[in-house]
Amino acid sequence: MKLFSVKIEVKLKPVVLDPQGKAVLNALSGLGFSGVSDARVGKVVELTMEGESAEEVSRRAEEMCRKLLSNPVIEDSSVEVAEKQDA
Amino acid sequence: MPNFGVLFFPGSNCDHDCYHAIRKILGQPCDLIWHEETSLAGIDCVVIPGGFSYGDYLRAGAISQFSPVVGPLRELAGLGVPVIGICNGFQILVESGLLPGAFIHNSSLKFVCRWTNVRIEDTDTPFTYLLRKGEMLKLPVANAQGNFVLPPGRNDVEEQRIVLRYCGKDGELSAEANPSGAEDNIAGIANSQGNVLGMMPHPERSFENLLGSEDGKRMFESAISWIKAKDTAGETV
Repeated sequence: MKLFSVKIEVKLKPVVLDPQGKAVLNALSGLGFSGVSDARVGKVVELTMEGESAEEVSRRAEEMCRKLLSNPVIEDSSVEVAEKQDA
Repeated sequence: MPNFGVLFFPGSNCDHDCYHAIRKILGQPCDLIWHEETSLAGIDCVVIPGGFSYGDYLRAGAISQFSPVVGPLRELAGLGVPVIGICNGFQILVESGLLPGAFIHNSSLKFVCRWTNVRIEDTDTPFTYLLRKGEMLKLPVANAQGNFVLPPGRNDVEEQRIVLRYCGKDGELSAEANPSGAEDNIAGIANSQGNVLGMMPHPERSFENLLGSEDGKRMFESAISWIKAKDTAGETV
């Protein structure tokens, strides 16, 4: 068994309005940051997982996304897996 | 008399309001049922109350969908037993897939707590059985994630069973009447069978004129009449 760092990003689908992103965009322009045309807010879930291989861990993480970590009706998710180096 | 069951989860906070409305005001038998219960035997109508189950962590309703009581809830829903999810209860029904759609933050990004008018769009559900299409109810909302969205790509609202829409004084649909920015002013939606209803406004908070409205009571009186009519017709509920 190896240890893996798993980083899962969950974001609203591009077609779904993002009220938080809009508020962030307004706040940024209010602070004087110019040239920002869009802002979308998502979340990151970081897991430490045991597994045989990166592929196998990634498969399980994708299942977690489907079942709980994201709502596939309105959100997209992506999974990044990296083997943990021994401390 | 129909037996009501009010489910409650860690973080539910409208369970006793629902119990008070059903037991004390309507005088119906009512059980408060903890989410770890694995049977809903003998329950004729299920109420999923509002609140912040599991602190709204991840997404409102996301974690509650895996509670043990949701298994028998799915069975009853499939058998045609009336189920109403109010506010967080609506969010739980959507997350569990018993109703279509999803919720995002209110377009104002604020927690909105105020009276709304809702227009009855569909009377073929247990909870609107005694109401007339087009009539209006005065009900309060209190939520931060009440911004309902239909599944993207399935935005043909004709296919959805929209039961309640936010409206103005004269029944008109407008952005001002919509407290959350919900798609198409949707305040409540049913499954295709019609027995499972989710709604953001709180009917249990509008049972007594002292508190501003009695309109919510009519939805529960509807359910009682609907269940009695079904019983009389000899169908098992």
